Amino acid sequence: MTVADSRREEILAWLDEVKDPEVPVLSIRELGVLRDVEVSGDDVVVVMTPTYSGCPAMHAMEVDVVATLARHGVPNVRVKTVYAPAWTTDWISDEAKAKLAAYGIAPPARVEADELVPLRRRAPVACPYCHSVNTIVRSEFGSTACKAILFCNGCHQPFELFKAI
Amino acid sequence: MSGNRERTGNREQGTGNGDSTDGWVAGARPATATSGIVENPFFEYLLRVADDRLVLGHRLSEWCGHAPILEEDIALANIALDLIGQASLLLKLAGEVEGKGRTEDALAYFRDAIEFRNVQLVELPNGDFAATIVRQFLFDAWDVLVLERLTAASNQALAGIAAKALKEAKYHVRHTAEWVRMLGDGTAESHARTQRALDDLWPYTTELFLGDAIDAEAVASGSGVDVESIRPRWREMVEQVLGEATLTVPKDGFAPRGGRTGRHTEHLGRMLADMQSLARAHPGAAW
Repeated sequence: MTVADSRREEILAWLDEVKDPEVPVLSIRELGVLRDVEVSGDDVVVVMTPTYSGCPAMHAMEVDVVATLARHGVPNVRVKTVYAPAWTTDWISDEAKAKLAAYGIAPPARVEADELVPLRRRAPVACPYCHSVNTIVRSEFGSTACKAILFCNGCHQPFELFKAI
Repeated sequence: MSGNRERTGNREQGTGNGDSTDGWVAGARPATATSGIVENPFFEYLLRVADDRLVLGHRLSEWCGHAPILEEDIALANIALDLIGQASLLLKLAGEVEGKGRTEDALAYFRDAIEFRNVQLVELPNGDFAATIVRQFLFDAWDVLVLERLTAASNQALAGIAAKALKEAKYHVRHTAEWVRMLGDGTAESHARTQRALDDLWPYTTELFLGDAIDAEAVASGSGVDVESIRPRWREMVEQVLGEATLTVPKDGFAPRGGRTGRHTEHLGRMLADMQSLARAHPGAAW
């Protein structure tokens, strides 16, 4: 491992402190928004990709990246935004999905081959609170671009689903 | 061309030649318009892709706080957010391609109606919920086909934005197609309103499939879509959903056009007056 490699690993570990403000249980690394860190001497480029084209949390995350690294004594940080490959919920690990469920957000299923099947005609989603699959889609769109709103007939709780895209 | 809706209306630039179908009359073309002689065809092409999204996104955002049910209020605002986000990325790219230092905000807020390159379909007033849903469905079905092709664009930045937008567009069309089915195959009232909306909006869909030299050049460079070639697939998708919705596919006939070269309905100028007012009253405003 070269010096640059170990520096990169160190910076990636620090960036695990940066959470998505709208899903504060996941770090930007677990979410897949953090793509890479490029180290060249004192200059650090953090490569990020947005979840959705209009994600309003992106700016907050970029500011947070720069502030977090500044706290660790890394001053020359630039954020580079890339759009390809396009972000997918398939990048969220099983471990991170378990964190989402524990937080009360039903994790995304694997992205299906036929994306044009309406949400309400898909396999039922398990309630993150009582695990009942007797749930219904209340709204295909939710409080943020990445979520839908469901309702559990088992425990009579509304809950959010992380949309699979 | 006749009638009120398709006549060019513009707050500042005067009026277009209402009888011409291929551009502005000599001498009537404002210095800022790029229709006619085009300096940078790819910039022009990117404006077309971007402006459809910016204008439709703004129209949808007008529903925020006014939709018939809370879930649809959220849905329309979310779709608006996706479209405006896509427009922002595309206008940023367009500004870089133009190379004159214009940012995405400069292009969104400091162009007049005549400089917008969106199809007329997206600038029409929202009408009732049925009209908004029908327009959105007709656009979304087209948009999925356009974006699928742009993911293979030779311009890597455009291909990347398209791949991202395609995921969003598929979610949109799934949602709006479901609503068309529910409204069309719903009550007598919802059926009648949806059929009326379809009849009113159908003529404006022709423009989605009209290519010109700008499109041809983008296609030749490997970064464009031959819009005429996607029409059969679009019709197939649309007719299937309309059939399930018990709606009648209108006949093709009268077909307004001109948005791609800056000739718009009177509605766009009014919409922009609202959309651009803050940025123009307070240049450089930020939060």
